[in-house]
Amino acid sequence: MPKLTIDGMEVTVEPGTSILQAAEKLGIEIPRFCYHDKLSVPANCRMCLVEVEKSPKPVASCAMPCGDDMKVFTQSAIAKKARKGVMEMLLINHPLDCPICDQGGECDLQDQAVSFGFDRSRYHEEKRAVKDKEMGPLVKTVMTRCIHCTRCVRFGEEIAGVDELGVLGRGEHLEIGNYVTQAMTSELSGNLIDVCPVGALTSKPYAFTARPWELHKTESVDVLDAVGSNIRIDCRGAEVLRILPRLHEDINEEWISDKTRFAVDGLKNQRLDRPYVRKNGKLQPATWPEAFDAIAAQLKNRKIGAIVGDLADCESIIALKDLMRALGAANLECRQDTAQIDPAQPAGYLFNTTIAGIEKADAILLVGTNPRVEAALINARIRKTWLAKRIKIGVIGPQMDLNYPTKYLGAGPETLEELLNGKGAFADVLSKAQNPMIILGAGALRRADGLSIQVLARKVAEKYNMVKEGWNGYNMLHSQAARVGALSLGFVAGNAETWQKVNALYLLGADELPLEKMEVNTFVIYQGHHGDRGATRADVILPGAAYTEKNATYVNTEGRPQHARQAIFPPGEAREDWKIIRSLSEVLGKTLPYDTLAQVRQRLVQENGLFNEIDAVRSAKWVPFGKEGKCDKAPFVLPINNFYMTDPISRASRVMAECTKVFVMKADQERAVARG
Amino acid sequence: MPKESKDGRPSYLVINADESEPGTCKDRDIIRHEPHKLVEGALLASFAMGAHACYIYIRGEFYYEAVALQKAIDEAYAAGLLGKNAAGSGWDFELYLHRGAGAYICGEETALLNSLEGKKGFPRNKPPFPAGAGLYACPTTVNNVETISVVPEILRRGGAWFGGIGREKNRGTKVFCISGHVNNRCNVEEAMSIPLKELIEKHGGGVRGGWDNLLAVIPGGSSTRLITKEISETVLMDFDSLRAVNSGLGTAAVIVMDKSTDIVYAIARLARFYWHESCGQCTPCREGTGWMYRIMQRMVRGEANLEEIDMLLDIGSEIEGHTICAHGDASAWPIQGLIKHFRPEMERRILEYRKQIAA
Repeated sequence: MPKLTIDGMEVTVEPGTSILQAAEKLGIEIPRFCYHDKLSVPANCRMCLVEVEKSPKPVASCAMPCGDDMKVFTQSAIAKKARKGVMEMLLINHPLDCPICDQGGECDLQDQAVSFGFDRSRYHEEKRAVKDKEMGPLVKTVMTRCIHCTRCVRFGEEIAGVDELGVLGRGEHLEIGNYVTQAMTSELSGNLIDVCPVGALTSKPYAFTARPWELHKTESVDVLDAVGSNIRIDCRGAEVLRILPRLHEDINEEWISDKTRFAVDGLKNQRLDRPYVRKNGKLQPATWPEAFDAIAAQLKNRKIGAIVGDLADCESIIALKDLMRALGAANLECRQDTAQIDPAQPAGYLFNTTIAGIEKADAILLVGTNPRVEAALINARIRKTWLAKRIKIGVIGPQMDLNYPTKYLGAGPETLEELLNGKGAFADVLSKAQNPMIILGAGALRRADGLSIQVLARKVAEKYNMVKEGWNGYNMLHSQAARVGALSLGFVAGNAETWQKVNALYLLGADELPLEKMEVNTFVIYQGHHGDRGATRADVILPGAAYTEKNATYVNTEGRPQHARQAIFPPGEAREDWKIIRSLSEVLGKTLPYDTLAQVRQRLVQENGLFNEIDAVRSAKWVPFGKEGKCDKAPFVLPINNFYMTDPISRASRVMAECTKVFVMKADQERAVARG
Repeated sequence: MPKESKDGRPSYLVINADESEPGTCKDRDIIRHEPHKLVEGALLASFAMGAHACYIYIRGEFYYEAVALQKAIDEAYAAGLLGKNAAGSGWDFELYLHRGAGAYICGEETALLNSLEGKKGFPRNKPPFPAGAGLYACPTTVNNVETISVVPEILRRGGAWFGGIGREKNRGTKVFCISGHVNNRCNVEEAMSIPLKELIEKHGGGVRGGWDNLLAVIPGGSSTRLITKEISETVLMDFDSLRAVNSGLGTAAVIVMDKSTDIVYAIARLARFYWHESCGQCTPCREGTGWMYRIMQRMVRGEANLEEIDMLLDIGSEIEGHTICAHGDASAWPIQGLIKHFRPEMERRILEYRKQIAA
């Protein structure tokens, strides 16, 4: 362990730690542009130069490993001169357009120029101008501002796994570009905006919208997939303007997917901002008491069912469950995509390995899932593991382009059966692996024989020793934020299709149902925040709150409960969801026994102990799950075709519509052309 | 470089034939006229360091030289001197010739390795040094054509012979490239520590118009600081003597300039070269070389302020030592040499230009 002194302070660090990291440990901040925690180290910006005793030249602290007895000076005359020089060089060709630059106020260059630069320019020659590059509907480029730190290039190569950005030309004519003018085909391209330390890459939808100091910032979690990415919601007044990632090493590190980031404009479109009641076949605006009365009148003598949608929070799920139980309704369901998931055993429906645990895996089997669209950040984690260890990854299901090499094994359950019988080359890989993993997607279970496939997958996991002391390699990958929460609260009936047999249905934000299968005279209550599929069929609409508008709990695919925090108020007469159910219960004469959020959360803990510890993952007990049976030979079908539109919020987003046009429809067309 | 591989990684010898330093043309002549020496040297040096493969990275513009060298390599293969059991020694040895694409920076050893690997010719950070992790992250030694070509001769005649030439710490022979305003421009292999004046008089046929017509000499290729006539009278052509006069031996490319030379323009042209050849990776070099070049352009006309001379020095000091490779340093040094020895000339031009403007 090298022991060194930095600015007179002694520090002992792990071998291989850079001077910059060691200084960070001591709380000494060394300015940097090209260095980024999660990316490789090119040491080309030269901003982090420090003086090291016995070194003739200043040393790039980001790339220099700590040595024993090193004496580092970050504030010496040599270090300061080097920094000031680099700062001056960075600024000579950087435009002075801060007043019209979206990065203004949160720009590394701006901040560091104030801290380490000089207050005037000595450069009187002509400045360089660079042509802007087209990078699609999400990332706006002003390439003259680029300081060539190459963070974006390294992000593309290392994290996103798309070699589409590169450095072209040399010297002063060095340009970052994509050579072929096209949008970056990655679900993580929005992170380019965050990694860019200047205003060269900024958010296109957010352009010229607000300054960072005008924004009210709320730390929350994302619900547009089941990863539970940690986010920061930036609002001005009653408007959510943008979503940024928040560091959580165990979940999303510091990235978020493009849907999480850019679907935010969907929060303003198609909103349900007042109750509606259907009169004479038409939905008419109503007041809350009118809506409640209509429900109370209709629910009498009906066989009631309730379905929880994909964005529902745990508080409203438990409230709805309690209400339904009080009303004697037994048809509760959260698996609106008809995925046959055994709700009895958490080990069967959780991502047991945990997201961070993927990094310990040395062989991965993907079954009926495309993690790239179902959980882009879990895919990034798999890629990270592949990049570090070149692990073998096998795929059963449709052929697809993941951004790491995979071995295609087969299309359906029979390939899984073959593996169980020890046949095929991948059987060898799995049996030799120390920490093998299986990731089962909803695509494998959305079929009549889903429970049998779950058994098959469990047996494969057991055969290849995937579950043992200190390692559980059996994983179910969900793509709906509400799913695991609802499963852990037991919001399920025996069969995913029982809801079709009721004649009164309470939809809590459920929009993905095949509603055409419903009886024509079924009475439908829709509680939700968007006028989407469910609302069009509703007889009464109760306007709820979106995830940015309520304090709520969500459980991610790992079984990790997290709190989302209210950033703004719901629009118009819309209310927080559990409160709506609580009020309705009073009208129906079945008053629920809680009045505050704290009481609802106590009720959650009472229902399932996992809610006791926020942001913690409990390991699930390994017990048999699923139902033995014969598996159909039909190939697995993936649940999500369009990454950009999976829920009411992203469907209402214009930005996501544009992305669909650019990325999905164009890709489909190209595939059709290729096929001839 | 480790003598024996402990972790199974192979060792490599890489020969730098990317000779692009302005004024330098010694490797070119070796490859053109005596490629067999290089091939022999490559085998000997690779055997000594336990390398079974050697790559010669030749400058893209050296087309005919590459043809000649490839011919020599093919001949050696045909004669059984290379390949499996090279020259009957029991040592397997493959020699590859790789042509660069004409970037000056690819002569920097780590940029050369990147280029050889098929990557962009950006110099790498050190540490790790190539001896630890070089080509394909394996132990690598990068040597110049001249160094490798002299190996057979040293082995033939013995180290004592080579060590007996030149001064203490500056032993051996060196190929000097004499160019510019001399009567006989040539490449000549001479003893180290030969006096510069003797070198020019003896092999260069003297300065054009006589020794007194000498203005300045760049003694070691464009990257070294120029020296004046007064210094040139006494300086010896070796590392220590040239360092003592604040210049360097560099590639031993002697560029002689007589009094007809527009010295400011000459150095401005070099500044342009460094601006054009910067790889653009490090901030100070990418931005600073262009800045200096533009100021130098104005200096040629005198269209500048007197303070800008000191500013040039300051910009140079902001680049020097702050970059990954030595390109930044090399771009600052010629200008520093100019200002040190010819500041009065620069000031004269500035004042004259002002007078013109005023008139």
